[in-house]
Amino acid sequence: MTASGPQALGPESTVSEPRKYRYRWLWRLRHSPTGTLGAVIVVGVVLVVLLGTAIAPHDPELIDLKQRLVPPVWAEGGSVGHVLGTDQLGRDVLSRIILGTRVSLLVGIAGVALAMLTGVFLGVTTGFWGGWWDGLVSRFLDTFLSIPFIILALAVIGVLGVKGGNNMLRLILVLGLANWVIFTRVVRGEVLAVKERDYVEAARAIGQRSWMIMLRYILPNVTASIIVLGALQISTVIIAEASLSFLGLGVQPPTITWGIMLADGRDHLATSWWLATFPGIAITITVLGFILWGDWLRDVLDPRLRE
Amino acid sequence: MTTYLASRLLQMVPSLFLLTVVLFALMRLGGDPVMHLAHPEASPEEIAEIRAAYGFDRPLPEQYLKQLRMMLRGDFGESFRFRSPALPLVIEKLPATMELAAVSMLVALLIAIPAGLLSAIFQNSPLDLGVTTTSTLGRAMPNFWIGIMLILLFAVHLGWLPVSGRLEATSIILPALTLGTSVATSLARILRSSMLEVIRQEYMTTAKAKGLHRWAVVLGHGLRNALIPFITVFGLQMAWLLGGSVIVEEVFAWPGMGRLLLNSVKVRDLSVVMAGVCVFALVVMGTNLLVDFLYTALDPRIRYSSS
Repeated sequence: MTASGPQALGPESTVSEPRKYRYRWLWRLRHSPTGTLGAVIVVGVVLVVLLGTAIAPHDPELIDLKQRLVPPVWAEGGSVGHVLGTDQLGRDVLSRIILGTRVSLLVGIAGVALAMLTGVFLGVTTGFWGGWWDGLVSRFLDTFLSIPFIILALAVIGVLGVKGGNNMLRLILVLGLANWVIFTRVVRGEVLAVKERDYVEAARAIGQRSWMIMLRYILPNVTASIIVLGALQISTVIIAEASLSFLGLGVQPPTITWGIMLADGRDHLATSWWLATFPGIAITITVLGFILWGDWLRDVLDPRLRE
Repeated sequence: MTTYLASRLLQMVPSLFLLTVVLFALMRLGGDPVMHLAHPEASPEEIAEIRAAYGFDRPLPEQYLKQLRMMLRGDFGESFRFRSPALPLVIEKLPATMELAAVSMLVALLIAIPAGLLSAIFQNSPLDLGVTTTSTLGRAMPNFWIGIMLILLFAVHLGWLPVSGRLEATSIILPALTLGTSVATSLARILRSSMLEVIRQEYMTTAKAKGLHRWAVVLGHGLRNALIPFITVFGLQMAWLLGGSVIVEEVFAWPGMGRLLLNSVKVRDLSVVMAGVCVFALVVMGTNLLVDFLYTALDPRIRYSSS
C-alpha cells in the first residue's frame, strides 16, 4: 500500500528522505524498529496461514495415544518429533498452533471488516447529516458503550445458542457488533471537521448530491484514520476471539483455535505446563505484531490519532 | 454542579430504555420463546396453550411493554435452571464480583500510578523503556492467559497461593493481579503521556522557580493535572474490567456474576442472562457517573462551565 494520506509529520527529520514519494512509507518503516518488527510479524503470520499444513510437521488432528502429553524437546522426556510437545490425545502442539493461526486471522479480519463497514457507514452519515439520525445513532452508541464487550457477546450468543449453526459466522457477527462503535465514533468526529472544509461547500454549491459528496469528498479524507483504526482493532478482535473460544462460546471443536487449546491446556496445568503456555505465546506474538504495525501506520498516516 | 449531575442522570434514561429494546429484540431473535418453554414432544395444542398463557400471541409492541413493566419491577422471569426468580440470583453474586473489581482496580492503580509517573519523569531512561515495553506487551497478552500463567507459577509450581475458588482470604490475590495488571498497562500508558504533556507547561516551571521541592512540583502540580485525562480512561477501563471479570472469574472459579452469566449462556437460561446483562450495564453506568463526580471535583473548569 502507498501512503496517500496526509503526510503531516512533526518537524522535518534531520535525515533527508528519498525523493521518490511513492516509497516514502517504506523509508519510514526502515527507520522505525518497532514498526519493522510489527510488519515482519504480520507478514510472518500471514505466511503461516497461507502455508498452513505445508509447514506443519504433523497432521494437527492425528491422535496418537502412545504419545500422550510428551513435553517439549528441551524438557526431560521430550522428543525431537514433537518440538513443542503433544496434548492429552497425543496431537502435535506445534502443528495445532500453526493451524490455529487460520481461525484467529480469518475471524480477526472478518470481524474488523464487518465492524468497519457498519461503523464507517454510520459514522459518515451521522457526521454529515446530523439531525435526528445522528441523535438516534448516538443514543445506540451510548447504550453499546455501557455494556462491556464480553457481556454483549454473552447476551448475543446466549440468545443464538452455543451449539449448532455456523459458529464461525456467528462469532464474526458478534465481534462486528461489538466493534462498530469505535469506528462510528472516530469517523463521525473526523467527518464533523472535514465537512466544514471549503471543497465540501464548493461541492454543495455546484449542486452535488449528498451521497456523492460523502463518497467523493468526505470518505477519501477520513480513509487514513479508518485504516489505522482497522489495523489496531484487529489485535483487539483476535484477543476477543481467543477469549470467547476459551470460554467455549466461540468456534467449537474439532476446529482448532488457540482459545480452545488454552482451555484444554488449563485442564492439564498440574502436569503439562506446555499445553497452556505455547498457544498463549502465539496469541501474544500475533497481537503484538498487529499493535506495532498499527502504531506505525498511525504515526505515518495519521499522527493525530495518537491517544 | 447539582444541575450537571441531574442532567447526567437524565441522560442515562434513554440509554437504559434502548438497552431494554435491544435486549427484547435479542430475545425475540433467538427464536420462538415458546419452544424453550414447551417440552420437546409437546403437541400443537399444548404449544398454543403455552403461547396464550405467556402472552406470546399478542402483538410485539404490547409484549415489549409488558416485558418493560416487568423489568422495571425487577422481574426478569424465572430461571429454569434454578427454578427461582432470575434477578435475586444475579444480585446474590454481585458482592463477589464487586469485591474482585475493587481489589483489581486498587492493584491497577498501585502499579499504574508509580509506573506512569516515574517513566514520564525519567523519560527515555532504562526505567521508562522498561515501563513502555511492559505495557505494550501487556496490551498484546490476553488477560485470561496471564491468569493461567500466574496459576502455573504461584499455585502449581511454587504452591504459595490457592489455584481457584473463594474460600481463603488469599484466593483473591491471583484473580485480582490478573485483572489489575491488564488494566494497569493502559492506565500507565495514559498517565505517562498526560504527565509528559503537563511537565512542559509553564506553571511547572513557575513552581520550580518558586523553589519548591522537586517532588512537590511533580506531585502537587504535575500529577494533579495529569490525573484529569487519566480519570477519563479510568472510567472506560472500569467497564472493561467488569467485562474482563467474566473470563477471570471463569479461570479462577471465582463465584461471581460473570461466572453465573457464562454458565447461564451455555444452557440458554435466558432470564438469568438478561438480568445479568442489565445489572452489568447498570453497574457500568453507575461507575461512569461516579467518575463524572470525581471529574468535577478535580477539575474546576468543568464545574464552572456547567453551572
